[in-house]
Amino acid sequence: MPQEWNWKDIVEMTGKPSSVEVLKKDSDYLRGTLAECLQDPVTGSISHMDTRVIKFHGCYEQDDRDLREERRKQKLEPAFQYFIRTRLPGGVVTPSQWLALDEIAQKFGRGTLKLTTRQTFQIHGIVKRKLKPAMQAMNAVMIDSIAACGDVNRNVLCATNPHLSEVHRTVWQQALDVSAYMKPKTRAYYEVWLDEKKVSTTENQEPFYGDTYLPRKFKIAISVPPVNDVDAFANDIGLIAIIENGKLEGYTVAVGGGMGKTYGDAKTYPRAATVIGFIRPDEVNHVCETIAGIQRDFGDRSERSQARMKYTIDHMGLDRFKEELNSRLGHALEAPRAFKFDHNGDRYGWVEGEDGLWHLTLYIEAGRVVDDVLLGLREIAGVHKGEFRVTTNQNVIIARVAPEDRAQIDALVAKHGLDGYRGASGIRKNSMACVALPTCGLAMAESERYLPDLLLKLEAILDRNGILDAPITLRISGCPNGCSRPFLAEIALTGRAIGRYSLNLGGNFTGERLNTVYLENATEPEILAALEPMIANYAKNRLEDEKFGDFLYRTGVLSAA
Amino acid sequence: MTTKSPFLLSEQQTSLLETLISEMEQPSLLWTSGYLAGLAMAQRRVSLAVKPQEAAAATVAAAPVAKSTLTILYGSQTGNAKRLAQRFAAESEAAGLSVQLVDVADYAVRKLKSETHLFVVISTQGDGEPPDSAREFFEFLHGKKAPKLDTLQYAVLALGDSSYPDFCGVGRKIDERLAALGAKRIHNRGDCDLDIETVAEPWWVDTLNLARTALAPAGSVAAPQQNANVIPLHPSASAWNRDKPFSAQVLENQRITARGTDKHIFHLELSLEGSGLHYQPGDSLGVWHFNPPSLVDNVLATLGVSGDQTFTHKGETFTLRQWFSEKLELTRLTRAFLVEHSSRVNAGVDQADLQAALAEGARDALAAFLGTHQLIDLLKRFPANWTAETLITSLRPLTPRLYSISSSQTVAEDEVHLTVAKVAYDAHGEAHLGAASGFLAELPADGQLPIYIEENRHFRLPKNADRDVIMVGPGTGVAPFRAFLQERIESGAAGRNWLFFGAQHFDTQFLYQTEWQDALKKKHLNRIDLAFSRDQQEKIYVQHLIEKQGAELYAWLQNGAHFYVCGSTDMEKDVKAALLKAIAQHSGKGDEFANAWFAEAQKEGRYSRDVY
Repeated sequence: MPQEWNWKDIVEMTGKPSSVEVLKKDSDYLRGTLAECLQDPVTGSISHMDTRVIKFHGCYEQDDRDLREERRKQKLEPAFQYFIRTRLPGGVVTPSQWLALDEIAQKFGRGTLKLTTRQTFQIHGIVKRKLKPAMQAMNAVMIDSIAACGDVNRNVLCATNPHLSEVHRTVWQQALDVSAYMKPKTRAYYEVWLDEKKVSTTENQEPFYGDTYLPRKFKIAISVPPVNDVDAFANDIGLIAIIENGKLEGYTVAVGGGMGKTYGDAKTYPRAATVIGFIRPDEVNHVCETIAGIQRDFGDRSERSQARMKYTIDHMGLDRFKEELNSRLGHALEAPRAFKFDHNGDRYGWVEGEDGLWHLTLYIEAGRVVDDVLLGLREIAGVHKGEFRVTTNQNVIIARVAPEDRAQIDALVAKHGLDGYRGASGIRKNSMACVALPTCGLAMAESERYLPDLLLKLEAILDRNGILDAPITLRISGCPNGCSRPFLAEIALTGRAIGRYSLNLGGNFTGERLNTVYLENATEPEILAALEPMIANYAKNRLEDEKFGDFLYRTGVLSAA
Repeated sequence: MTTKSPFLLSEQQTSLLETLISEMEQPSLLWTSGYLAGLAMAQRRVSLAVKPQEAAAATVAAAPVAKSTLTILYGSQTGNAKRLAQRFAAESEAAGLSVQLVDVADYAVRKLKSETHLFVVISTQGDGEPPDSAREFFEFLHGKKAPKLDTLQYAVLALGDSSYPDFCGVGRKIDERLAALGAKRIHNRGDCDLDIETVAEPWWVDTLNLARTALAPAGSVAAPQQNANVIPLHPSASAWNRDKPFSAQVLENQRITARGTDKHIFHLELSLEGSGLHYQPGDSLGVWHFNPPSLVDNVLATLGVSGDQTFTHKGETFTLRQWFSEKLELTRLTRAFLVEHSSRVNAGVDQADLQAALAEGARDALAAFLGTHQLIDLLKRFPANWTAETLITSLRPLTPRLYSISSSQTVAEDEVHLTVAKVAYDAHGEAHLGAASGFLAELPADGQLPIYIEENRHFRLPKNADRDVIMVGPGTGVAPFRAFLQERIESGAAGRNWLFFGAQHFDTQFLYQTEWQDALKKKHLNRIDLAFSRDQQEKIYVQHLIEKQGAELYAWLQNGAHFYVCGSTDMEKDVKAALLKAIAQHSGKGDEFANAWFAEAQKEGRYSRDVY
């Protein structure tokens, strides 16, 4: 297995390395010049190299794009700020951790929490001088942000299916294990944020990753049928739990999923993961690392838009990829086992788990824990004895509530108006949006700030046609990189410019089929005008239980390629 | 009426004059007065037309009577004392006196004991401090080395601002000290408020008359002397000045503090095109403003009068609105006005607070009261028997405000830049604005602003461009240092530049952040140290940075660096204390050495301040 990379090898494999590869290699195992840059009082920014390096520590540098021009005139630099994304496999936190994250947001950030589509928290609006205290406060409650971003294995997703108490425990533990196993081994994080003394060593600091890490981000999700809430097929590795007689047998493995694409570049595309085999629970760590190892060695390090594993697989060919995997494992994977998904959304309201404890799933619009949502959950965290689970649809589950404690939770939910899911439309309950403007540097259009408006307009159309309850997945993304996994939704808007989106239609309700572009560069009136007749038709002519995406194909609005 | 002029004319002359004018009627009297004035002016021109060689010869010839030379000494911070002293010197000379005009900064104190006639024109800064240029003189005079001055005759004209408690304190102390040293007061001290001329004019008429008598041998009018040493007016000051300001067009008025702070600080760019005005880094800009319209409305409403009525005072007629808006100080009160107001307070109104501020020796209470009360507060808190007319005659005339210029003309060319903090606060249940800063903040980008240049030659970059400079300018105190740095960059000065800046918050109040960043990147600015007082638990100010960087600072100073401070008086005190501490510590030679170093540095202009 390659240890220290040399450029010759990489150049031979994929051509001239991209500038990011050079930065990674020069970063001294993710240290960069962060320690100095954090001290520089003249700017709220950090060096160019460090803006890359800091991602591996779970931070993104952003600036408020709404204020750029204003501040330029004021002879002030942009309003630089950071978000910290926690590493939280399976999205599980204790009530005291919830309170701690809330407090960190109040003290060091903009005072709100964001639930992400990868089942974790982002605390936004942290200025440079507060980053270190925020990191330290997180560590004080055993939460870190190592590898939450960057070209490494990111936060590992895990099904939240609250019915299956025992299975959830098991797969959650699996998520924790694989996350820890594939965590970078460099001490950079501890030195920069926790003041650990740097020990000079001749040991290899990254036995698996090497000094240039992976060519691109890498994502693993564990799904438990019949719910595909984690969107297993949107990940580099999707592990689909196979449960027989209430016991976890192992996982059907899918590889090469990924959402991002670049407009106007046909070489880029979203791809749903391909099922390749079945593995036992005790093989998970090793198999995941071996798959990532192939990506590490064969992935494109020259062009970042071609560097995700989905392209590596397509470039190599699936068979060649599987051959390489089998050869590295020393045996062939078992044949995949069958599974069946019903949907990829969350089930709102109370459900009872097998162990007699109760779980309440709340709808959180765009994952924004603000105002009453923030206050309500803070108060609930103050009395709750179980745990919180963040879902991949940016919602939250108040999990493991004893029957006798339900009334107390219900009272607080009602007091703060957190029970909006009760009357919420089917589309609202299945909606999702990324952050986008004003802080995301990639955003071309609004997303989470736009979702509430769009929902009202779509709900009006659905209501006029008498199908306000119809569950339809709606996802908005401010750019085509796909943080909200738009390309798996039945209806998706991906931003092209301010007020303009591509309208993508025809994903299925279980997240197993990609949608296709229906309108390019469309304005809201154009999008609504296109959707209204489809929805009217759907209301009149749908079959029993037929979902919107499937209906569009059956009625020929969309045709299979 | 009798022609009683015991000092100017001999008895015989008086008698002849009385005989002559007793038969004259008004037209002849007027004509004669003009004729005599013309004669006096002709004599003055002769004196100014003396060629250099002749002047030198005359100086030698005049040597025996040198002891009857009048010395006019001025100590000026903002230029008012200098301007008056220059005029006094010119008029004394025209009146036939031998005059030398000296900036107190250039005055060799050992000469004091040989002076026979001395006029001192001096201002008081802020809380009773002398102008920087006068520190050495002031300390010498009050020190043990001060000589007996039995043969000296003198008069003092003090300048000040009666909104400060120690009004004209420096002039008063000099006046008292000269008397204590045995000198004879020719004329009582004049204490000028912001409306300088009100006191200065009559004081000077009397003083000049007294001087002519004192300096002339009995029975004769002193002949014009040719050894006058009148410093010519600065060429730029003659075209436009305080009383004849240039109307500058506003090119830009940009807020430079970000949203999210209640500190409103503005960067103004004004056009000097066509004015011929010149300024140096360190100079100030005098700005004439109007009072805030809301405040004027409030005053009119409180008095219950219409702004459209007209009123004539001192020969000028304006509407009441014009008086309050354009002619009178509404935001800075004086002790004298408080006294006047107090006597008018309506029966039954509790004026305990006002009385406490006016109590004998209540210096701090008075300062606090003046600092928190504008006219409107007084009118509302202590309703009194004022009419618009009585009020107009009791208020001080509006005076221009001075702002440190924040551009270098070598870079800004036809522009001059200002950095203005808008004073705005709530007090006594109402919103208050600083009169001038509020006016400037609201100026539209194509508006006009009456301005003039006020020289500040005690705040200048080192003549030797190889010298390093250390600049301490928190808040808008950074303004002149923007000018300094521009000048140093443009002129290619080899010396290093080190800036200390401070504000409450990094995110919103880092004035000219991108300019400093650019200068740092290009190594034009070699160091910057920043104190954002409220970005962390403990408050950090520039003086703390000075202390922290003591070793490096001392190394720069030993290398000949010039040290500059601009900003509030209190801040400067703290910075100075921190600097002295650093020098004492890092020289290893203690406080005495530090104090001696400081005195020397100040004298040599290596420690300069521009404080307010």
